[in-house]
Amino acid sequence: MSDCEDALHELYSFLDGELTEERRLRIRRHLDDCQPCAEPYDFEAELREVVRRKCQEQVPEHLVAKVRKALESESHRL
Amino acid sequence: MDLMPSLYAAALRMTRNPSDAEDLVQETYLRAYRGFGSFQEGTNLKAWLYRILTNTYINSYRAKKRRPDETELDEVEDLYLYRRIGGLEAALAGRSAEDELLERFTDAEVKEAVESLPENFRLAVLLADVEGFSYKEIAEILDIPIGTVMSRLHRGRKALQKRLYEFAVERNLAPSQS
Repeated sequence: MSDCEDALHELYSFLDGELTEERRLRIRRHLDDCQPCAEPYDFEAELREVVRRKCQEQVPEHLVAKVRKALESESHRL
Repeated sequence: MDLMPSLYAAALRMTRNPSDAEDLVQETYLRAYRGFGSFQEGTNLKAWLYRILTNTYINSYRAKKRRPDETELDEVEDLYLYRRIGGLEAALAGRSAEDELLERFTDAEVKEAVESLPENFRLAVLLADVEGFSYKEIAEILDIPIGTVMSRLHRGRKALQKRLYEFAVERNLAPSQS
């Protein structure tokens, strides 16, 4: 496989932090030199970040109180 | 209680219902409390809690009917969203445009896109992309082989991108392709 095919094939393993250090560095170096490969990498990394950020939630205050109370009565029960 | 925001967010994506999500979080804490003796010091507390959360969800809250999940997703090409909005935007307006376009998705759209995934795929994507667990941790949390984690992630992510693209087209953020 060419370096470009390799890089695209391993895109998710790279972004997931699942490559060996050697593979990771090899791809990193390729991306520094190859704009057509770097673009989808940047896009996928940004998408990941957007999904992660936009899926955050505020915990309802009453839930914290409810869980605390449930754990307290559990500790008395045991 | 530090992990409650992420546990609650995951519970919401799993149950798709605030009241069930609250019950699921509470049940998770109770089970964790009762089972804390089985937690091994020095191992990953967050992964341990997510395993309890996931098991509790699977055993108690998920839809009763078991569906043949693996066949439910259409085959979607790699880099689905990038091929539709990435290159196009970059060509039109320079490199940061695609980031801006991604930012225009609302929280509700992104959440809905994740929640639209069939359960097996949804859990894998949630654990990897939202919670940042490794393949090995996800394999342990879901009690499936690493190869299955990878294939669910691969197909689940593509389906997520397809759903996001539909939102982009609906809102005229991206041109539709016929």
